[in-house]
Amino acid sequence: MDKPTNNRAWLLVLPVLAVVAFSAVIPLMTVVNYSVQDILGPEQHIFVGTEWFRKVLRDPELHGALRRQLGFSLAVLAIEIPLGIGLALALPMKGRSASVSLVVLALPLLIPWNVVGTIWQIFARGDIGLLGLVINALGWKYNYTADALDAWLTVLAMDVWHWTPLVALLCYSGLRAIPEAFYQAARIDGASAWATFRYIQLPRLKGVLTIAVLLRFMDSFMIYTEPFVLTGGGPGNSTTFLSQYLTRLAVGQFDLGPAAAFSLVYFLVVLLFSYIFYTAMTQQGQEKAS
Amino acid sequence: MRPSRLIAPLYLLLSLVPIYWLVSMSLKTNEEILGPFSLFPRLPTLANYLVIFTEPDWRQGYINSLTYVGINTVLSVVLALPAAYAFSRYRFLGDTHLFFWLLTNRMAPPAVFLLPFFQLYSSIGLFDTPWAVALAHMLFTVPLAVWILEGFMSGVPREIDETAYIDGYSFPRFFLRIFLPLIRSGVGVTAFFCFMFSWVELLLARTLTSVETKPIAATMTRTVSAAGMDWGVLAAAGVLTLIPGAVVIYFVRNYIAKGFALGRV
Repeated sequence: MDKPTNNRAWLLVLPVLAVVAFSAVIPLMTVVNYSVQDILGPEQHIFVGTEWFRKVLRDPELHGALRRQLGFSLAVLAIEIPLGIGLALALPMKGRSASVSLVVLALPLLIPWNVVGTIWQIFARGDIGLLGLVINALGWKYNYTADALDAWLTVLAMDVWHWTPLVALLCYSGLRAIPEAFYQAARIDGASAWATFRYIQLPRLKGVLTIAVLLRFMDSFMIYTEPFVLTGGGPGNSTTFLSQYLTRLAVGQFDLGPAAAFSLVYFLVVLLFSYIFYTAMTQQGQEKAS
Repeated sequence: MRPSRLIAPLYLLLSLVPIYWLVSMSLKTNEEILGPFSLFPRLPTLANYLVIFTEPDWRQGYINSLTYVGINTVLSVVLALPAAYAFSRYRFLGDTHLFFWLLTNRMAPPAVFLLPFFQLYSSIGLFDTPWAVALAHMLFTVPLAVWILEGFMSGVPREIDETAYIDGYSFPRFFLRIFLPLIRSGVGVTAFFCFMFSWVELLLARTLTSVETKPIAATMTRTVSAAGMDWGVLAAAGVLTLIPGAVVIYFVRNYIAKGFALGRV
Protein backbone atom coordinates (compact mmCIF):
# COMPACT_ATOMS: atom_id res chain seq x y z
CA MET A 1 0.00 0.00 0.00
CA ASP A 2 1.80 3.08 -1.23
CA LYS A 3 1.14 6.47 0.16
CA PRO A 4 0.17 9.22 -2.28
CA THR A 5 2.78 11.90 -2.89
CA ASN A 6 1.59 15.26 -1.73
CA ASN A 7 4.06 18.02 -1.17
CA ARG A 8 1.41 20.23 0.32
CA ALA A 9 1.62 17.96 3.37
CA TRP A 10 4.53 20.18 4.30
CA LEU A 11 1.98 22.73 5.44
CA LEU A 12 0.79 20.30 8.09
CA VAL A 13 4.33 19.80 9.36
CA LEU A 14 5.13 23.49 9.39
CA PRO A 15 3.92 24.35 12.91
CA VAL A 16 6.02 21.59 14.42
CA LEU A 17 9.02 22.66 12.39
CA ALA A 18 8.62 26.26 13.49
CA VAL A 19 8.57 25.33 17.16
CA VAL A 20 11.42 22.86 16.94
CA ALA A 21 13.50 25.22 14.85
CA PHE A 22 12.95 27.96 17.41
CA SER A 23 13.90 25.86 20.39
CA ALA A 24 16.54 23.68 18.74
CA VAL A 25 18.18 25.32 15.76
CA ILE A 26 18.79 28.74 17.29
CA PRO A 27 20.43 27.35 20.46
CA LEU A 28 22.38 24.84 18.40
CA MET A 29 23.76 27.66 16.29
CA THR A 30 24.78 29.46 19.46
CA VAL A 31 26.65 26.34 20.56
CA VAL A 32 28.41 26.07 17.20
CA ASN A 33 29.35 29.71 17.53
CA TYR A 34 30.85 29.21 20.96
CA SER A 35 32.77 26.15 19.91
CA VAL A 36 35.02 28.10 17.56
CA GLN A 37 35.57 31.18 19.67
CA ASP A 38 37.51 32.17 22.73
CA ILE A 39 35.15 34.21 24.85
CA LEU A 40 36.99 36.63 27.08
CA GLY A 41 34.17 39.02 27.85
CA PRO A 42 30.76 40.08 26.63
CA GLU A 43 32.22 41.91 23.63
CA GLN A 44 35.54 40.11 23.28
CA HIS A 45 35.33 37.09 21.05
CA ILE A 46 38.33 35.67 19.25
CA PHE A 47 37.98 33.12 16.50
CA VAL A 48 40.09 30.09 17.35
CA GLY A 49 39.02 27.56 14.72
CA THR A 50 39.19 23.96 15.79
CA GLU A 51 41.38 24.50 18.82
CA TRP A 52 38.70 23.57 21.35
CA PHE A 53 37.77 20.46 19.42
CA ARG A 54 41.36 19.29 19.43
CA LYS A 55 41.69 20.04 23.10
CA VAL A 56 38.48 18.24 24.00
CA LEU A 57 39.16 15.18 21.87
CA ARG A 58 42.55 14.68 23.51
CA ASP A 59 41.18 15.00 27.01
CA PRO A 60 41.77 11.69 28.87
CA GLU A 61 39.01 12.55 31.34
CA LEU A 62 36.58 12.73 28.48
CA HIS A 63 37.68 9.33 27.20
CA GLY A 64 37.06 7.89 30.65
CA ALA A 65 33.61 9.46 30.84
CA LEU A 66 32.77 8.20 27.37
CA ARG A 67 33.82 4.64 28.21
CA ARG A 68 31.80 4.68 31.42
CA GLN A 69 28.88 6.15 29.55
CA LEU A 70 28.93 3.54 26.81
CA GLY A 71 29.21 0.70 29.30
CA PHE A 72 26.37 2.14 31.29
CA SER A 73 24.05 2.70 28.32
CA LEU A 74 24.65 -0.76 26.91
CA ALA A 75 24.03 -2.32 30.31
CA VAL A 76 20.82 -0.32 30.58
CA LEU A 77 19.61 -1.59 27.20
CA ALA A 78 20.68 -5.17 27.90
CA ILE A 79 18.69 -5.25 31.13
CA GLU A 80 15.72 -2.99 30.54
CA ILE A 81 14.61 -4.14 27.09
CA PRO A 82 14.27 -7.89 27.89
CA LEU A 83 12.91 -7.15 31.34
CA GLY A 84 10.38 -4.71 29.92
CA ILE A 85 9.21 -7.21 27.29
CA GLY A 86 8.94 -9.96 29.88
CA LEU A 87 7.00 -7.71 32.18
CA ALA A 88 4.63 -6.63 29.42
CA LEU A 89 3.93 -10.28 28.64
CA ALA A 90 3.35 -11.09 32.30
CA LEU A 91 1.01 -8.19 33.07
CA PRO A 92 -2.68 -9.04 33.27
CA MET A 93 -4.59 -7.96 30.19
CA LYS A 94 -8.10 -7.50 31.52
CA GLY A 95 -10.11 -6.18 34.38
CA ARG A 96 -9.27 -4.33 37.56
CA SER A 97 -5.95 -6.06 38.08
CA ALA A 98 -4.81 -4.72 34.69
CA SER A 99 -5.57 -1.10 35.58
CA VAL A 100 -4.09 -1.40 39.06
CA SER A 101 -0.92 -2.97 37.62
CA LEU A 102 -0.57 -0.23 35.02
CA VAL A 103 -0.89 2.54 37.57
CA VAL A 104 1.61 0.89 39.94
CA LEU A 105 3.95 0.11 37.07
CA ALA A 106 4.05 3.70 35.85
CA LEU A 107 4.60 5.27 39.27
CA PRO A 108 8.43 5.41 39.12
CA LEU A 109 8.21 7.23 35.77
CA LEU A 110 6.27 10.07 37.31
CA ILE A 111 8.71 11.00 40.03
CA PRO A 112 10.77 14.09 39.23
CA TRP A 113 14.35 13.08 38.53
CA ASN A 114 15.90 14.81 41.47
CA VAL A 115 13.39 13.10 43.74
CA VAL A 116 14.38 9.75 42.22
CA GLY A 117 17.97 10.53 43.14
CA THR A 118 16.96 11.58 46.62
CA ILE A 119 14.91 8.45 47.23
CA TRP A 120 17.80 6.21 46.26
CA GLN A 121 20.32 8.32 48.09
CA ILE A 122 18.63 7.32 51.32
CA PHE A 123 17.21 3.98 50.24
CA ALA A 124 20.69 2.66 49.40
CA ARG A 125 22.50 4.02 52.43
CA GLY A 126 24.04 1.35 54.56
CA ASP A 127 23.11 2.93 57.88
CA ILE A 128 19.56 4.19 57.41
CA GLY A 129 18.34 2.84 54.06
CA LEU A 130 16.40 -0.33 53.51
CA LEU A 131 18.36 -1.51 50.47
CA GLY A 132 21.76 -0.80 51.97
CA LEU A 133 20.85 -2.52 55.20
CA VAL A 134 19.52 -5.61 53.45
CA ILE A 135 22.61 -5.94 51.25
CA ASN A 136 24.91 -5.48 54.22
CA ALA A 137 22.93 -8.04 56.18
CA LEU A 138 23.51 -10.50 53.33
CA GLY A 139 27.22 -10.19 53.98
CA TRP A 140 28.31 -7.91 51.14
CA LYS A 141 30.13 -4.86 52.37
CA TYR A 142 28.12 -2.45 50.29
CA ASN A 143 28.71 1.28 50.43
CA TYR A 144 27.89 3.33 47.38
CA THR A 145 29.52 6.49 48.67
CA ALA A 146 32.94 4.90 49.05
CA ASP A 147 33.17 2.05 46.57
CA ALA A 148 33.28 2.84 42.86
CA LEU A 149 31.70 -0.41 41.70
CA ASP A 150 28.92 -0.16 44.26
CA ALA A 151 28.17 3.38 43.15
CA TRP A 152 28.06 2.36 39.50
CA LEU A 153 25.78 -0.58 40.28
CA THR A 154 23.52 1.61 42.39
CA VAL A 155 23.08 4.06 39.53
CA LEU A 156 22.35 1.14 37.23
CA ALA A 157 19.81 -0.37 39.66
CA MET A 158 18.19 3.03 40.03
CA ASP A 159 17.93 3.44 36.27
CA VAL A 160 16.48 -0.04 35.81
CA TRP A 161 13.93 0.63 38.53
CA HIS A 162 13.11 4.03 37.09
CA TRP A 163 12.89 3.27 33.36
CA THR A 164 11.97 -0.39 32.83
CA PRO A 165 8.31 0.67 33.24
CA LEU A 166 8.64 2.83 30.12
CA VAL A 167 9.72 -0.17 28.04
CA ALA A 168 7.03 -2.32 29.65
CA LEU A 169 4.30 0.26 29.00
CA LEU A 170 5.25 0.64 25.35
CA CYS A 171 5.43 -3.13 24.84
CA TYR A 172 2.20 -3.65 26.73
CA SER A 173 0.30 -1.29 24.46
CA GLY A 174 1.95 -2.95 21.47
CA LEU A 175 0.80 -6.36 22.67
CA ARG A 176 -2.73 -5.12 23.17
CA ALA A 177 -2.88 -4.14 19.52
CA ILE A 178 -2.40 -7.72 18.31
CA PRO A 179 -5.77 -9.02 17.07
CA GLU A 180 -7.15 -12.05 18.89
CA ALA A 181 -7.33 -13.89 15.55
CA PHE A 182 -3.54 -14.21 15.49
CA TYR A 183 -3.54 -16.07 18.78
CA GLN A 184 -6.40 -18.29 17.68
CA ALA A 185 -4.50 -19.24 14.56
CA ALA A 186 -1.44 -20.01 16.68
CA ARG A 187 -3.47 -22.20 19.03
CA ILE A 188 -4.94 -24.13 16.13
CA ASP A 189 -1.45 -24.73 14.80
CA GLY A 190 -0.43 -25.90 18.25
CA ALA A 191 2.29 -23.29 18.58
CA SER A 192 4.29 -23.29 21.80
CA ALA A 193 4.41 -20.20 23.97
CA TRP A 194 7.90 -19.49 22.69
CA ALA A 195 6.85 -19.86 19.05
CA THR A 196 3.89 -17.57 19.64
CA PHE A 197 6.22 -15.03 21.13
CA ARG A 198 8.90 -15.38 18.49
CA TYR A 199 6.70 -15.38 15.39
CA ILE A 200 3.61 -13.42 16.41
CA GLN A 201 4.29 -11.13 19.33
CA LEU A 202 7.88 -10.09 18.73
CA PRO A 203 7.46 -9.01 15.08
CA ARG A 204 4.39 -7.01 16.03
CA LEU A 205 6.29 -5.33 18.85
CA LYS A 206 9.00 -4.10 16.55
CA GLY A 207 7.54 -0.63 16.12
CA VAL A 208 7.23 0.06 19.81
CA LEU A 209 10.55 -1.63 20.51
CA THR A 210 12.30 0.70 18.09
CA ILE A 211 10.94 3.65 20.01
CA ALA A 212 11.77 2.00 23.33
CA VAL A 213 15.37 1.22 22.36
CA LEU A 214 15.94 4.69 20.91
CA LEU A 215 14.39 6.45 23.88
CA ARG A 216 16.23 4.37 26.44
CA PHE A 217 19.51 4.72 24.63
CA MET A 218 19.23 8.48 24.22
CA ASP A 219 18.02 9.14 27.73
CA SER A 220 20.53 6.88 29.41
CA PHE A 221 23.26 8.49 27.36
CA MET A 222 22.23 11.86 28.72
CA ILE A 223 21.61 10.79 32.30
CA TYR A 224 22.39 13.67 34.57
CA THR A 225 20.12 14.52 37.47
CA GLU A 226 19.88 11.12 39.14
CA PRO A 227 23.61 10.33 39.53
CA PHE A 228 24.23 13.98 40.32
CA VAL A 229 21.89 13.81 43.27
CA LEU A 230 22.89 10.29 44.26
CA THR A 231 26.66 10.43 44.20
CA GLY A 232 27.64 13.77 42.70
CA GLY A 233 29.68 11.80 40.17
CA GLY A 234 31.86 10.04 42.69
CA PRO A 235 33.49 8.30 44.39
CA GLY A 236 36.41 9.40 42.28
CA ASN A 237 34.96 9.66 38.79
CA SER A 238 33.16 6.34 38.86
CA THR A 239 29.71 7.76 38.15
CA THR A 240 30.78 10.84 36.21
CA PHE A 241 28.95 10.35 32.95
CA LEU A 242 29.16 12.60 29.93
CA SER A 243 26.50 15.08 31.01
CA GLN A 244 28.12 15.54 34.40
CA TYR A 245 31.47 16.12 32.82
CA LEU A 246 29.95 18.61 30.42
CA THR A 247 28.15 20.53 33.13
CA ARG A 248 31.30 20.65 35.20
CA LEU A 249 33.09 22.11 32.20
CA ALA A 250 30.41 24.64 31.28
CA VAL A 251 29.06 25.74 34.63
CA GLY A 252 31.78 24.77 37.07
CA GLN A 253 34.81 26.04 35.23
CA PHE A 254 32.92 28.29 32.81
CA ASP A 255 35.00 27.08 29.89
CA LEU A 256 32.40 27.97 27.31
CA GLY A 257 34.46 27.22 24.23
CA PRO A 258 35.59 23.70 25.17
CA ALA A 259 32.16 23.00 26.66
CA ALA A 260 30.49 23.93 23.38
CA ALA A 261 32.95 21.87 21.35
CA PHE A 262 32.39 18.96 23.70
CA SER A 263 28.62 19.40 23.40
CA LEU A 264 28.81 19.06 19.65
CA VAL A 265 31.00 15.96 19.83
CA TYR A 266 28.59 14.52 22.41
CA PHE A 267 25.59 15.31 20.23
CA LEU A 268 27.22 13.64 17.22
CA VAL A 269 28.01 10.52 19.24
CA VAL A 270 24.38 10.17 20.37
CA LEU A 271 23.21 10.85 16.83
CA LEU A 272 25.54 8.25 15.38
CA PHE A 273 24.51 5.50 17.76
CA SER A 274 20.82 6.32 17.50
CA TYR A 275 21.05 6.25 13.74
CA ILE A 276 22.72 2.85 13.86
CA PHE A 277 20.01 1.48 16.15
CA TYR A 278 17.28 3.07 14.06
CA THR A 279 18.45 1.76 10.69
CA ALA A 280 19.24 -1.66 12.15
CA MET A 281 15.76 -2.00 13.57
CA THR A 282 13.86 -0.59 10.62
CA GLN A 283 15.84 -2.45 7.97
CA GLN A 284 15.35 -5.75 9.68
CA GLY A 285 11.62 -5.22 9.23
CA GLN A 286 11.97 -4.45 5.55
CA GLU A 287 13.80 -7.70 4.95
CA LYS A 288 10.98 -9.53 6.68
CA ALA A 289 8.34 -7.73 4.70
CA SER A 290 9.84 -8.49 1.32
CA MET B 1 -1.14 -21.29 39.61
CA ARG B 2 1.78 -21.22 37.20
CA PRO B 3 4.95 -19.59 38.52
CA SER B 4 5.06 -17.21 35.56
CA ARG B 5 1.90 -15.60 36.89
CA LEU B 6 3.88 -14.43 39.89
CA ILE B 7 6.45 -12.45 37.90
CA ALA B 8 4.36 -9.33 37.39
CA PRO B 9 3.02 -9.02 40.96
CA LEU B 10 6.49 -9.70 42.34
CA TYR B 11 8.12 -7.06 40.16
CA LEU B 12 5.41 -4.51 40.94
CA LEU B 13 5.81 -5.18 44.64
CA LEU B 14 9.58 -4.73 44.45
CA SER B 15 9.24 -1.55 42.43
CA LEU B 16 7.02 -0.15 45.14
CA VAL B 17 9.63 -0.64 47.85
CA PRO B 18 11.62 2.57 47.17
CA ILE B 19 8.35 4.49 46.94
CA TYR B 20 7.21 2.96 50.21
CA TRP B 21 10.49 4.09 51.71
CA LEU B 22 9.77 7.63 50.58
CA VAL B 23 6.26 7.62 52.01
CA SER B 24 7.36 6.11 55.29
CA MET B 25 10.17 8.65 55.54
CA SER B 26 7.75 11.51 54.98
CA LEU B 27 5.86 10.39 58.08
CA LYS B 28 8.93 10.27 60.29
CA THR B 29 10.73 12.96 62.19
CA ASN B 30 14.28 13.79 61.14
CA GLU B 31 15.62 12.18 64.30
CA GLU B 32 13.91 8.92 63.46
CA ILE B 33 15.08 8.98 59.83
CA LEU B 34 18.71 9.39 60.87
CA GLY B 35 18.32 7.22 63.94
CA PRO B 36 18.31 3.43 64.13
CA PHE B 37 16.60 1.51 61.35
CA SER B 38 12.83 1.22 61.45
CA LEU B 39 10.64 -0.34 58.80
CA PHE B 40 7.51 1.51 59.91
CA PRO B 41 7.34 5.02 61.33
CA ARG B 42 7.29 4.60 65.10
CA LEU B 43 5.53 7.85 65.79
CA PRO B 44 3.82 8.78 62.52
CA THR B 45 3.69 12.54 62.17
CA LEU B 46 2.18 14.84 59.59
CA ALA B 47 4.46 17.70 60.60
CA ASN B 48 6.46 17.42 57.38
CA TYR B 49 3.34 17.83 55.27
CA LEU B 50 2.22 20.68 57.46
CA VAL B 51 5.42 22.57 56.66
CA ILE B 52 4.68 22.25 52.97
CA PHE B 53 1.03 23.17 53.18
CA THR B 54 1.64 26.25 55.27
CA GLU B 55 4.40 27.70 53.13
CA PRO B 56 3.12 29.68 50.14
CA ASP B 57 6.34 28.89 48.22
CA TRP B 58 5.45 25.26 48.00
CA ARG B 59 1.91 25.93 46.85
CA GLN B 60 3.19 28.33 44.23
CA GLY B 61 5.78 25.81 43.08
CA TYR B 62 3.02 23.30 42.57
CA ILE B 63 0.94 25.73 40.53
CA ASN B 64 3.99 26.77 38.49
CA SER B 65 4.86 23.21 37.59
CA LEU B 66 1.31 22.34 36.62
CA THR B 67 1.09 25.50 34.49
CA TYR B 68 4.09 24.82 32.31
CA VAL B 69 3.39 21.12 32.10
CA GLY B 70 -0.18 21.92 31.05
CA ILE B 71 0.93 24.39 28.36
CA ASN B 72 3.52 21.92 27.14
CA THR B 73 1.12 18.97 26.92
CA VAL B 74 -1.66 20.86 25.13
CA LEU B 75 0.65 22.61 22.65
CA SER B 76 2.68 19.47 21.93
CA VAL B 77 -0.41 17.40 21.13
CA VAL B 78 -2.14 20.13 19.11
CA LEU B 79 0.94 20.83 16.98
CA ALA B 80 1.88 17.20 16.59
CA LEU B 81 -1.54 16.09 15.35
CA PRO B 82 -1.41 17.62 11.83
CA ALA B 83 2.28 16.79 11.45
CA ALA B 84 1.70 13.17 12.41
CA TYR B 85 -1.19 13.04 9.97
CA ALA B 86 1.06 14.28 7.18
CA PHE B 87 3.74 11.68 7.98
CA SER B 88 1.22 8.88 8.25
CA ARG B 89 -0.78 9.64 5.09
CA TYR B 90 1.46 11.28 2.55
CA ARG B 91 4.78 10.95 0.92
CA PHE B 92 6.48 14.28 0.50
CA LEU B 93 9.84 15.78 -0.17
CA GLY B 94 12.26 14.69 2.55
CA ASP B 95 9.64 13.06 4.75
CA THR B 96 11.71 10.18 6.11
CA HIS B 97 14.67 12.42 6.84
CA LEU B 98 12.47 14.97 8.50
CA PHE B 99 10.86 12.27 10.61
CA PHE B 100 14.20 11.11 11.94
CA TRP B 101 15.53 14.64 12.28
CA LEU B 102 12.65 15.49 14.58
CA LEU B 103 13.78 12.77 16.92
CA THR B 104 17.39 13.91 16.79
CA ASN B 105 16.31 16.98 18.73
CA ARG B 106 15.61 14.68 21.60
CA MET B 107 19.23 13.57 21.48
CA ALA B 108 20.72 16.91 22.35
CA PRO B 109 21.85 16.68 25.94
CA PRO B 110 19.89 19.27 27.92
CA ALA B 111 23.16 20.38 29.45
CA VAL B 112 24.22 21.51 25.97
CA PHE B 113 21.27 23.80 25.63
CA LEU B 114 21.28 25.34 29.07
CA LEU B 115 23.21 28.46 28.26
CA PRO B 116 21.83 29.09 24.76
CA PHE B 117 18.31 28.61 26.08
CA PHE B 118 18.96 31.02 28.87
CA GLN B 119 20.20 33.65 26.42
CA LEU B 120 17.45 33.02 23.89
CA TYR B 121 14.58 33.24 26.32
CA SER B 122 16.09 36.19 28.17
CA SER B 123 16.48 38.14 24.95
CA ILE B 124 12.83 37.73 23.98
CA GLY B 125 11.55 38.40 27.46
CA LEU B 126 10.27 34.91 28.19
CA PHE B 127 12.74 34.17 30.95
CA ASP B 128 11.07 33.26 34.23
CA THR B 129 7.70 32.59 32.61
CA PRO B 130 5.99 29.22 32.27
CA TRP B 131 6.17 29.67 28.51
CA ALA B 132 9.96 29.46 28.50
CA VAL B 133 9.93 26.09 30.25
CA ALA B 134 7.00 24.81 28.18
CA LEU B 135 8.74 25.76 24.93
CA ALA B 136 12.07 24.31 26.04
CA HIS B 137 10.42 21.04 27.02
CA MET B 138 8.63 20.93 23.68
CA LEU B 139 12.02 20.27 22.15
CA PHE B 140 11.76 16.71 23.39
CA THR B 141 8.02 16.24 23.81
CA VAL B 142 6.98 17.34 20.30
CA PRO B 143 9.14 14.80 18.40
CA LEU B 144 7.94 12.04 20.67
CA ALA B 145 4.32 13.15 20.23
CA VAL B 146 4.71 13.09 16.45
CA TRP B 147 6.26 9.61 16.56
CA ILE B 148 3.61 8.11 18.82
CA LEU B 149 0.65 9.75 17.08
CA GLU B 150 1.98 8.72 13.69
CA GLY B 151 1.96 5.13 14.90
CA PHE B 152 -1.65 5.35 15.99
CA MET B 153 -2.73 7.09 12.80
CA SER B 154 -1.08 4.50 10.59
CA GLY B 155 -3.23 1.95 12.36
CA VAL B 156 -6.36 3.63 10.97
CA PRO B 157 -7.13 2.38 7.44
CA ARG B 158 -6.83 5.05 4.78
CA GLU B 159 -10.16 4.03 3.26
CA ILE B 160 -11.82 5.90 6.10
CA ASP B 161 -10.30 9.19 4.92
CA GLU B 162 -11.35 8.53 1.36
CA THR B 163 -14.91 7.60 2.28
CA ALA B 164 -15.23 10.79 4.28
CA TYR B 165 -14.07 12.92 1.34
CA ILE B 166 -16.52 11.20 -0.99
CA ASP B 167 -19.25 11.93 1.53
CA GLY B 168 -18.34 15.61 1.19
CA TYR B 169 -16.53 16.17 4.45
CA SER B 170 -14.05 19.04 4.42
CA PHE B 171 -10.61 18.23 5.84
CA PRO B 172 -11.02 20.04 9.18
CA ARG B 173 -14.46 18.56 9.71
CA PHE B 174 -13.26 15.08 8.84
CA PHE B 175 -10.28 15.45 11.11
CA LEU B 176 -12.25 16.64 14.12
CA ARG B 177 -15.44 14.63 13.72
CA ILE B 178 -14.21 11.32 12.38
CA PHE B 179 -10.47 10.91 12.61
CA LEU B 180 -9.78 12.32 16.06
CA PRO B 181 -12.32 10.09 17.83
CA LEU B 182 -10.73 7.09 16.12
CA ILE B 183 -7.30 7.81 17.58
CA ARG B 184 -8.58 8.94 20.97
CA SER B 185 -6.49 6.38 22.78
CA GLY B 186 -3.41 7.58 20.89
CA VAL B 187 -4.02 11.14 21.98
CA GLY B 188 -4.37 9.91 25.56
CA VAL B 189 -1.09 8.01 25.47
CA THR B 190 0.71 10.91 23.79
CA ALA B 191 -0.59 13.38 26.33
CA PHE B 192 0.57 11.07 29.09
CA PHE B 193 4.10 10.90 27.68
CA CYS B 194 4.28 14.67 27.20
CA PHE B 195 3.01 15.21 30.70
CA MET B 196 5.46 12.73 32.13
CA PHE B 197 8.60 14.02 30.46
CA SER B 198 7.76 17.62 31.23
CA TRP B 199 6.77 16.92 34.82
CA VAL B 200 9.95 15.09 35.77
CA GLU B 201 12.52 17.25 33.95
CA LEU B 202 14.26 19.66 36.23
CA LEU B 203 17.52 20.90 34.74
CA LEU B 204 15.92 23.12 32.09
CA ALA B 205 12.97 24.03 34.25
CA ARG B 206 15.26 25.31 36.96
CA THR B 207 17.57 27.19 34.65
CA LEU B 208 14.79 29.02 32.85
CA THR B 209 13.01 30.22 35.95
CA SER B 210 14.29 32.27 38.82
CA VAL B 211 11.73 33.64 41.22
CA GLU B 212 8.22 33.90 39.87
CA THR B 213 7.79 30.53 38.26
CA LYS B 214 10.04 28.12 40.14
CA PRO B 215 8.87 24.54 39.66
CA ILE B 216 7.98 22.42 42.66
CA ALA B 217 10.98 20.17 42.21
CA ALA B 218 13.32 23.17 42.40
CA THR B 219 11.68 24.35 45.59
CA MET B 220 12.66 21.00 47.01
CA THR B 221 16.35 21.72 46.75
CA ARG B 222 15.94 24.44 49.32
CA THR B 223 15.26 21.98 52.09
CA VAL B 224 18.99 21.84 52.56
CA SER B 225 19.13 24.17 55.52
CA ALA B 226 22.00 25.23 57.73
CA ALA B 227 21.23 22.33 60.03
CA GLY B 228 21.76 19.84 57.22
CA MET B 229 19.22 18.01 55.06
CA ASP B 230 15.62 18.25 56.15
CA TRP B 231 14.92 14.71 54.98
CA GLY B 232 11.39 14.52 56.28
CA VAL B 233 10.17 17.60 54.43
CA LEU B 234 12.05 16.53 51.32
CA ALA B 235 10.34 13.14 51.41
CA ALA B 236 6.93 14.72 51.99
CA ALA B 237 7.49 17.01 48.99
CA GLY B 238 8.54 13.99 46.95
CA VAL B 239 5.33 12.19 47.84
CA LEU B 240 3.32 15.24 46.80
CA THR B 241 5.06 15.39 43.40
CA LEU B 242 3.83 11.86 42.78
CA ILE B 243 0.16 12.71 43.08
CA PRO B 244 -0.55 14.62 39.84
CA GLY B 245 1.22 11.93 37.87
CA ALA B 246 -0.73 9.18 39.56
CA VAL B 247 -3.99 11.00 38.78
CA VAL B 248 -3.04 11.39 35.12
CA ILE B 249 -2.02 7.76 34.70
CA TYR B 250 -5.26 6.68 36.35
CA PHE B 251 -7.24 8.55 33.70
CA VAL B 252 -5.24 7.34 30.71
CA ARG B 253 -4.78 3.74 31.86
CA ASN B 254 -7.57 2.46 29.62
CA TYR B 255 -6.14 4.29 26.64
CA ILE B 256 -2.78 2.68 27.22
CA ALA B 257 -4.42 -0.69 27.61
CA LYS B 258 -6.27 -0.22 24.34
CA GLY B 259 -2.91 -0.18 22.72
CA PHE B 260 -1.47 1.08 19.53
CA ALA B 261 -0.21 -0.60 16.43
CA LEU B 262 2.81 1.29 15.25
CA GLY B 263 2.50 0.89 11.54
CA ARG B 264 5.47 2.77 10.25
CA VAL B 265 8.69 1.22 11.39
